[in-house]
Amino acid sequence: MMGRYIIRILRRKREEDKSYWQDFEYELNSPGDTVASALRNINSREDLKDASGNKAEPVIWESSCMQQKCGACAMVINGRPGLACGTKLAGFKKPVVKVEPLRKFPVIADLMTDRSILYENLKTLRIWLECDAELSREDIDRAFEASECIQCGCCLEVCPNFYCGGTFFGMNGVPLANRLLTESDRAEYEKAASEYKKHIFNGCGKSLACRDICPRGIDTEKMMVNANALAVWKRRKK
Amino acid sequence: MKSDMEQISNLSGYVNIVGAGISGLSAAITLASSGIRCNLISSMPSERAQSVLAEGGINAALDNMGEGDSPEEHFADTMRGGCYLETESCIHGLTKGAPDIINELARFGVPFTREDNKIIQRPFGGQKKRRTCYSKSSTGKMIMTALIDVVRKYESEGLVVRYPDHVLTGADIKEGILNFVTVKSRMTGDVIVLPGPAVICCGGLNGFFEGFTTGTTQNTGDCAAILFNEGVEFANLEFIQYHPTTVAIADKRMLISEAARGEGGRLYIERGGEPWYFMEEKYPESGNLMPRDVVSREMFKVMRDPSLGGTVYLDMREISKSCWKNKLSDLREEIRSYLLVDPAVTPVPVAPGIHFFMGGIRVDDGHRTNIKGLYAAGECASKYHGANRLGGNSMLAAVYGGKTAAESVIKDAGVLSGILNIQEIGKADHSDPVYDADTILSGSVRNILIRGLGIIRDEDSITSAIDELGKLYKEGMHDIDLKRIKLAEAMLMCARERKESRGAHVRSDYPDTLDDYKKTTCCSMNNGKIIITMQDPLKERR
Repeated sequence: MMGRYIIRILRRKREEDKSYWQDFEYELNSPGDTVASALRNINSREDLKDASGNKAEPVIWESSCMQQKCGACAMVINGRPGLACGTKLAGFKKPVVKVEPLRKFPVIADLMTDRSILYENLKTLRIWLECDAELSREDIDRAFEASECIQCGCCLEVCPNFYCGGTFFGMNGVPLANRLLTESDRAEYEKAASEYKKHIFNGCGKSLACRDICPRGIDTEKMMVNANALAVWKRRKK
Repeated sequence: MKSDMEQISNLSGYVNIVGAGISGLSAAITLASSGIRCNLISSMPSERAQSVLAEGGINAALDNMGEGDSPEEHFADTMRGGCYLETESCIHGLTKGAPDIINELARFGVPFTREDNKIIQRPFGGQKKRRTCYSKSSTGKMIMTALIDVVRKYESEGLVVRYPDHVLTGADIKEGILNFVTVKSRMTGDVIVLPGPAVICCGGLNGFFEGFTTGTTQNTGDCAAILFNEGVEFANLEFIQYHPTTVAIADKRMLISEAARGEGGRLYIERGGEPWYFMEEKYPESGNLMPRDVVSREMFKVMRDPSLGGTVYLDMREISKSCWKNKLSDLREEIRSYLLVDPAVTPVPVAPGIHFFMGGIRVDDGHRTNIKGLYAAGECASKYHGANRLGGNSMLAAVYGGKTAAESVIKDAGVLSGILNIQEIGKADHSDPVYDADTILSGSVRNILIRGLGIIRDEDSITSAIDELGKLYKEGMHDIDLKRIKLAEAMLMCARERKESRGAHVRSDYPDTLDDYKKTTCCSMNNGKIIITMQDPLKERR
């Protein structure tokens, strides 16, 4: 749908401030325009005003690749987590699009959140190579898919079991664990397998909420089943 | 005289790597594996670095395709592709080192596409042999994932300390020596002083061409602008690579990997209602796989010819089903998602777009800059690619360059520990969260640069761009904007100074390649003035 859109943004200047909604008008330039296009356009306006004509501060948000390959611009759009650069405005039925920061992570300001917990958890999980990788032809596709994770956090946003600082780490470590366990099944990974069991396998309620949410299209269920088989059930790769 | 080991251990904790893409990670791995603790600074985590966008592949003369390939041939192609503007010694190092780099990446678990358990190689532009190793069309992302995991182990051992939401805000350089860099957290506004040598791996200058490049928005060019204004010498800024096959999508240009042509994609334009495969007709030997500068130039010419159809198409209809499935499935998906057509059925309209900067910080073969204690690697360094980079050589140069720069830090440990001044450590400051460059001003700078630095340039367009840039200066301007304008001006001045055509620098008023210009265009700031000189390619700094 072409025409004028309202971008309704949940804002706050600092984490401790109270949130408020602010509307901005955005004229759709092309059917390919995304939420990221709108945010960039809003911030490039000289003398920025909101939809009611009040003076407004530029919107604080994060972006990098602008083509769904880096995960920087993950946010909640009309109630669903996704990448701003991969969410086309024309895809919505109504011309009012609500944009909020991810709710599972501390808000720095406006749409920018602190997702450093993702990386801390990967360290606890010992996601690193302990020995040289050995990839057979059959492993290549699985290792490829497992390497695609962009650490955006969308899978954690929808997970009913994950919260920041909890013992359950959620899906973001699973593809990478899969990569390592697929590429080598030697005894060196006993410690990593044990962390996996403690922080992922034991806490997952199998709600499968993370299915169909990954912006990269990673098959989370398949990843989980395979990583469980390798780490918990010690099924050796064939 | 202290022992080497002692001098090296003195540096531990005081080596700062600015940028955490492929070259930054490569430098970090080299230092950490030698037991030197380093700080790894990036505005966002590595997963958001521009390196994840690299697609087509990475070159090495493995000769897995049985064509008799060798590092010597890789050397010859790279020298020729770069129009002989680089030192032979550094290209020898790069091309001889390439096979080991691929083997190391494979040991790190990069899922290179294979057949019969052997890494297979695809043809790429400007190369006579099939030499490009790849992971479908996501090679950069696959390499990054593997390197990030390697670095994570060093992080857990305390050998790599990440500053993952920090931007460079300053470099303290006095009498040709770097004392410290200051970095600032985007999240808290805290400013931290980090003494010691620095390896700059901050990427190319695409932030000066916002919205018109295939790069990321994080790659602002601010880091380069700061260093240029502190007296760091830059080189060859006129050489900007226009990649032949890009498409405008919302907010940027999307790359269609050279792999599409490597696997059989063909360029055509309509002539009298029929497709004319102009590259194949004009260059029968390599056709669609001529070096990027040649393809872009030819596209530019045919697109402006009023007797032709105006739009160039990339025709990928002859690519086989199995090739799409096994080698290019991700590329097909991306084109479907953004352009809403299936490239296996419908030709895709393409146009040249800014993709890579051959110019940057001037370094010697060891990646040393003109400032003691300052090194540069990856796209921000002007090294290896001369006047035009070959596809598949950038990731190779990033891994190799990061490693070489870090090895130079280790070699120079004696000198570096002698000048190390850790008085400043702990000095910290706090200010408002990071200032984003004025986007309206950035837009003006970009528009001026695009007019002056198009695919084909001339004296008048460059000079009028310099004049226009001069009008942007105003009282009370933010410091970083001022610095950006200075570096933009240097880019234009380099282009004006090179009165010949070579590689990616094409002057309609000087169409010939001249021996007198087989030199590096050097530029630096001196007392607020930009100085341009032509010098021989730099092998070793004394």
